[in-house]
Amino acid sequence: MTPSLPRVAASVVIAKASLQKVFDNLRVSGFSLVGPTVREGAITLDEITQMSELPVGWTDQQSPGHYRLKQTREPQYFSYSCGPQSWKQYLHPSRLSLFSVEKENGNWRVQPARNLSPRYAFIGVRACDLSAIAIQDRVFMTGEFRDPHYARRRGPIFILAVHCTQPVSTCFCVSMKAGPRASGGFDLAVTELPDNFVVEVGSEAGSEMLRDTAWEPATAFDLGRAAQACARAEREMQRQMRTDDLPRLLYDNLDHPRWDEVATRCLSCANCTQVCPTCFCVTVEDHSNLAATAAERTRVWDSCFALDFSHVHGGNIRPTIRSRYRQWLTHKLASWIDQFGVSGCVGCGRCITWCPVGIDITEEVQAIRGKG
Amino acid sequence: MSVLMSTLDPRSAQDPMLPHPAVIESIKPEAYGISTFSLAFVDPAETAAYRFSPGQFNMLYLPGVGEVAISVCSDPGEPQMLGHTIRYAGGVTRAIGRLRVGDVVGVRGPYGSSWPLDNAAGKNLVLVAGGIGLAPLRPVILSVMRQRDQYGRVLLLLGARTPADLLYNEEIGRWREGGIEVHVTVDLADENWKGQVGVVPQLFYRIRVDPKQTLVMTCGPEIMMRFVIYEALARRIPKQSVFVSMERNMKCAVGFCGHCQFGPTFICKHGPVLNFAAIEPFFGKEDF
Repeated sequence: MTPSLPRVAASVVIAKASLQKVFDNLRVSGFSLVGPTVREGAITLDEITQMSELPVGWTDQQSPGHYRLKQTREPQYFSYSCGPQSWKQYLHPSRLSLFSVEKENGNWRVQPARNLSPRYAFIGVRACDLSAIAIQDRVFMTGEFRDPHYARRRGPIFILAVHCTQPVSTCFCVSMKAGPRASGGFDLAVTELPDNFVVEVGSEAGSEMLRDTAWEPATAFDLGRAAQACARAEREMQRQMRTDDLPRLLYDNLDHPRWDEVATRCLSCANCTQVCPTCFCVTVEDHSNLAATAAERTRVWDSCFALDFSHVHGGNIRPTIRSRYRQWLTHKLASWIDQFGVSGCVGCGRCITWCPVGIDITEEVQAIRGKG
Repeated sequence: MSVLMSTLDPRSAQDPMLPHPAVIESIKPEAYGISTFSLAFVDPAETAAYRFSPGQFNMLYLPGVGEVAISVCSDPGEPQMLGHTIRYAGGVTRAIGRLRVGDVVGVRGPYGSSWPLDNAAGKNLVLVAGGIGLAPLRPVILSVMRQRDQYGRVLLLLGARTPADLLYNEEIGRWREGGIEVHVTVDLADENWKGQVGVVPQLFYRIRVDPKQTLVMTCGPEIMMRFVIYEALARRIPKQSVFVSMERNMKCAVGFCGHCQFGPTFICKHGPVLNFAAIEPFFGKEDF
C-alpha cells in the first residue's frame, strides 16, 4: 500500500494534470504562486494560479542579442529556458522603500518601511537560477551585516524546481557547475517527460504539497528517462567557459587589449546587469515633499555600467566603457570569488541573449585567455 | 586574498540602513569650504552604545538630499561627541554646509576598518596626510597623545594646497607639545609662509626612519598616497607596514550596494583603511 505522502528524497511520478493539485495545495497553505507565463512575446514571471497559465506548448530560441518564442506541437509545460527575468526581482526587488522621515519642530520621526511581501512559491525554478538564489543568499545573509528585506522575503519561500531538459544556445551552466540538474535547495523538483512528471521530494513541505495528487513511486524506467533527459540537455549545451584559471587570469590581464576591443562594441546599456540573476548593486534615492518636511528613501537597482556609479568628488573613477566592462567581468568571475567564496556567474546565458549587440561573456574570457 | 574576509559577527537584525537623528552641537570653520561639525545623538541609548576606532566613518544623512560617508575626526576616547570635518564638494556636503547649530542630521555607523593602533605598541608611526586626509588621521593623533608612552617616535607629515588650507592649524602646537613631530609643507606658499613648499611625499627627505620598527599610515589623494608608498618602500619599510585610507562612491556602507568595490575589496567593510600588501595589484591601476 502506498503511504499518503512520499518521503523526503523520494522520487514519485504524477500525471501532468496533477500539478494543478500541487498549485492548489500551495495556495491553500497561503502561498502566492509565481511562475513563467507568456507575456509580450517573452516568457516572463508573474503571479499565476492555474497550470494553464504556464507557457504550454511554447519554446524559446535564444542566441547572442536574440530572443524569440516559438509554438511547438507538443503541449509541454517547461519546454524552454530562462526568460529575461529572474527570481531576484522577488527576493531583491528593483525598487524598495527603506524608510521615511518626518520632521516636526526639529524632531525627526524615522519610520522603517513595512514592505509586506507575500509568501511566494516559485514555480519552475531552473538549476541555474537556484544557484543564483544560493549566491544572493551569501551576498545578503552571511556577512557582518544582513539585509533584513532579503532575509524576510527569502525565509518562507517554497521552491518547485524544474530540471532543465531544453537548454538554448546561450546556456553554459555545465561549465559553471550550476545545472542543468538542480542538485538541492528545492522543495520539489520536476523533470518533465512527454506523458508525466517525475518529481523529486526535497523537503517535508514539498512532500506535503503532493497530498491528493495520486502520486506513484517512480520506477527505474521513469528515473532512467528523467536522467536521460537531463543528460541530453548537458550534451546539447553549446557554450562553455573554462573556469580553472579564474580569478588569476583576469587579475593578471587588467591591461589586456581585449578590454579596449570589447569597449568598441559595448553600449554600456546595463542590460546584462539587469537580467543577471546574481547582480545585486543598488543605489538609493530620496523623495521629499515640497515643504521638505518629509522624505522617503528608496533603494533601486543600479549598474556598474552607469557612469555615475563610481562618482566621487572631482569625477568618476571609471569614466570609460573599457573600465566599466572590465569591472563587471572581473567582479562577476574573479573578485566575486574572493568576496563570497563562489563565482558570481551561473551560466544562465541571459547576459548574452539580452545584450543588444550580442557580446558573449564566454567569448570575452576566451579572448583574454588567448590561444593557450 | 582571504585577509579581506570579514571576521566580525553579524550585527543586529535591525535594518542597517536606518539613520539615527543627531544634533549639530557646534560648527567650526577650518578652511575655505571646510568645517568641522560636532554631532551628538538625540537618543541617549545611541550615545551610550556608540564607540568608534580611529579611521572609521559614519554615513551622514539629510532627508530629501542624500547620504554621504564622512570619517570621524574626533577623539575615540570621547565618543559622545562625534566630529566630522566636511569639505563642501557635492550636493549632500553643500547642504550640510547650510545647516546651523541645533539642526538635526541622520547618522549611522561607525563603519569600516580602523588604523592598526592595536598592533602599533612600541612602534614608530609615520602619519602622512594631504589636505582633508588629515581628518581620518586626527583620531590617531589624539589616541596616541592619550598614551604617548606606548609608542616610539610619532611623526606627522602634513601637506595642504596653501597655508590657508591647513586644517586644525591651532591644534598643531598642542600636538607638538604632546610628543608628535610635525612636518608641514604647502603646494603654494603665501608671503607669510616660512615653511617648506612642495608636495607631501617630499617630507620623507626630512626624516629618518627605522624600517623594521615603523608603521606608515597615509590618507590623501590617491596620487599622493602612491608617492608616499613609493618613498616608504624606498626606505625599505615593508609593504605590510604601510596602510592607506581609500575613498570610493558609497551608498550603503554595509557591503550591499556594490559601489565601493576596489577589486576584491569593499572599501566600506574591508576598508577604508587597507594594508598596502593586500591591494598592491590594484592600487594605482588606471580607471580601476
